[in-house]
Amino acid sequence: MVVPVVFFGLFFAHPVAAIVVRGLKADGSWDLGRIGEVLGDPGIRHVLWFTTWQALVSTALTLAIALPGAYVFARFDFRGKELLRAVVTVPFVLPTVVVGTAFLALVGRGGLFDELWGVRLDTTVWAILLAHVFFNYAVVVRTVGGLWAQLDPRQEEAARMLGASPLAAWRKVTLPALAPAVAAAALMVFLFTFTSFGVVQILGGPTFSTLEVEIYRQTSEIFDLTTAAVLTLVQFAAVGLILAVHAWTVRRRETALRLVDASLTARRPRGAGQWTLLGAVLATVVVLILLPLGVLVERSLDVPDFGSYKALTSDESGIFLVPPIEAVGNSLRYAAAATVIALLVGGLAAAALTRRAGRLVRGFDALLMLPLGVSAVTVGFGFLIALDEPPLDLRSSWILVPLAQALVGVPFVVRIMLPVLRAVDERLREAAAVLGASPWRVWREVDLPMVRRASLVAAGFAFAVSLGEFGATVFIARADNPTLPVAVARLLGRPGELNYGQAMALSTILMVVCAVALLVLERLRTDRTGEF
Amino acid sequence: MHIRTFVAAAVGLGLVTLSACGSSSDSTGSSGSKTVTLVSHGSFAYSKDVLKAFEKESGYNVKILKSGDAGQAVNQAILTKDNPQGDVFFGVDNTLLSRALDNGLFQPYEAKGLDKVGAEYQVDKDEHRVTPIDSGDICVNYDKAYFSEKKIEPPRTYADLIKPEYKDLLVTENASTSSPGLGFLLGSAAEFGDGGWEGYWEKLKANGVKVVDGWEQAYYQEFSGSTDGKKAGGDRPLVVSYASSPPAEVVYADPRPKTAPTGVAEGTCFRQIEFAGLLSNAKNAEGGKALIDFLISKRFQEDMPLNMFVYPVVEGASVPAEFTEYGPAAKDPETMAPEKIAENRDQWVKSWTSLVLK
Repeated sequence: MVVPVVFFGLFFAHPVAAIVVRGLKADGSWDLGRIGEVLGDPGIRHVLWFTTWQALVSTALTLAIALPGAYVFARFDFRGKELLRAVVTVPFVLPTVVVGTAFLALVGRGGLFDELWGVRLDTTVWAILLAHVFFNYAVVVRTVGGLWAQLDPRQEEAARMLGASPLAAWRKVTLPALAPAVAAAALMVFLFTFTSFGVVQILGGPTFSTLEVEIYRQTSEIFDLTTAAVLTLVQFAAVGLILAVHAWTVRRRETALRLVDASLTARRPRGAGQWTLLGAVLATVVVLILLPLGVLVERSLDVPDFGSYKALTSDESGIFLVPPIEAVGNSLRYAAAATVIALLVGGLAAAALTRRAGRLVRGFDALLMLPLGVSAVTVGFGFLIALDEPPLDLRSSWILVPLAQALVGVPFVVRIMLPVLRAVDERLREAAAVLGASPWRVWREVDLPMVRRASLVAAGFAFAVSLGEFGATVFIARADNPTLPVAVARLLGRPGELNYGQAMALSTILMVVCAVALLVLERLRTDRTGEF
Repeated sequence: MHIRTFVAAAVGLGLVTLSACGSSSDSTGSSGSKTVTLVSHGSFAYSKDVLKAFEKESGYNVKILKSGDAGQAVNQAILTKDNPQGDVFFGVDNTLLSRALDNGLFQPYEAKGLDKVGAEYQVDKDEHRVTPIDSGDICVNYDKAYFSEKKIEPPRTYADLIKPEYKDLLVTENASTSSPGLGFLLGSAAEFGDGGWEGYWEKLKANGVKVVDGWEQAYYQEFSGSTDGKKAGGDRPLVVSYASSPPAEVVYADPRPKTAPTGVAEGTCFRQIEFAGLLSNAKNAEGGKALIDFLISKRFQEDMPLNMFVYPVVEGASVPAEFTEYGPAAKDPETMAPEKIAENRDQWVKSWTSLVLK
């Protein structure tokens, strides 16, 4: 418990507090009147309104498009299902920068739609909404589908036997059982879209701005730290609220449902209706998920003879001190270090959470989730101004980037490890202790074998998340050590086909690395009830 | 628990040791360090041999960190001023100068050779916290082909831009994120006065001005007159750019055209001056001073124009023929006193944002 708390205190609470103090303490005295001032500003109100509105619409769209998918994954058996499950999860671990880039290649100027029909959606809200659906499709399919697969179909059948119509049976039996999972998924999607940064940054243009993007703009471009600090507080409150509701739905989800093994409930589709549904879902996946990814790859090959990829190895671009391809090495190094940190902190936190119960621990649990929703931008920025004095002067140290990335990885690690650790029978530990094993040995002999697989999965997620982290890294990655997402964003900001091609090529590399990591995870994964 | 903490500490130590043999060669330079670091925005460019010559003569290795556009680079430098990422910052211009000075970004240094720098560029004469390095003019550029095809006269002045024949033709940059965008806003404020610029922008908005985030996007994607913009299908024949953009179009074209494909609306210019300064807590102040001296040496001043398309500020530094041939310097650009910019900038940008973007 000590390690995670210290870690969060130093690298999360401290930097965030530093930013807030810097924003609200004008000339040495607290000035809370500024909060009202900022919130009264029509421009800021517009941002608040837009943030909420687009998150609501994105969530509704995602549910509408992904729920049929969740049903198909839960109830049908078909060839290639495992592969498809991995495919729909790829977007979720993709860096937001890549998602933005892919949609730019699809609906931007000179993009695929532009060439085919002269349709351009960039700088419209549609591009943002579509990218959000793309990004969060897997959240719904996994959260809802995972539970749906384990619901006993016989309960619904029993209701039918007793004379309920199919619709009534579904409404009275299945829906109540699913509702908490749907709510949890919806809240997760809402949270991710509410705090969307990379996607909006690339697709939004100057007119659309979420809170997160606005915080970035206010700090990095307009240099109005007060406004940024106030917005951070607002976001903090909103995220806290969302997480509290989420925790409540998760607890509701733990109510006693009769769960059966998922492999028993899936069947081959029967009848025209079911085949149509399956076809429709597959078509959705192809258009919504494979198309953007495919376009990305296609654009990266636009310059003949792998020109875009070759250009990555030259340092003639003048944007970086190093050839862009070195960003790949940097990213992998950073992500590996971040994974180690996240596993250590997250693992210890999960262990602490299993051993103890009570209100304090529950609060701690929620605290660990916070970095998911607190502006990554704020964290990156806080790092810059808080971690700059001895004994903790890390600003010119490369460890800064992995630390920021680990912050985002920890919640995933905790969420994945916790259910597994909780499932370890306490009596096994006690028996081992009685037989004279040291605590360390108990952990090694009892817990470790059981959590090894979960740790691998957690490590994979932490790795993928770190690899794609953009909001915080964009501040703290130095010009001579860019990470992949930062390099992509910078290349996109430069003129000329070759830079665009290089951005696409780097995005493709990043996508492949993430996809491979995920396929490996898919093989390792055993229980499908996890929250991600 | 103790054991666990111990393990954690061990792993932590491992990481720290790893970091010691990590990739970056950060010069935690002492004052006698041989490395001097220049922090700048993304547009900083130079000829390698010129820099090599300086390294050879001075004995310093120069490291250059470039990131973001001018505004972002300045803000980042201010935020990290207690422990700066380098020794010298280049690229703060007159529109943002007060922000850097008010936040104590620079320490005073009177550069050797400052007497040769034109008096009109020296805005911090008493304290010498910054040294002027280059100047340029932010002006509306027009696509010659478009206007000759349509048989319309290209616009000349700010007032022309709100005429109906130029409806939906102009693309400009976000004044809160881009230095040309801010320069164009300040130019309009200098032209129409404190009370008049908002009314002007309302008319400009009604006349279909398009705003994008940065200069690159405006010039290379939206503007129909630049080579890249044509390729990208840009459909705006008017763009807020620089007086030196037409020569750049020629220099970078292969084969070079006889005349520049773009022209400058001479009554829409705002004078921009870029400065360099010695960062307040520079680790290698001596090296930084030598570097600033080098930036106003004739050699670097004459190297700048064709790399960054800016004008030298040192008297006697020659300007390449391309400049005079394809795009004469703006005759009578708008200017604004640094104090006035300092006083109004943030408020104006705020009003502009809610007026034009929301």
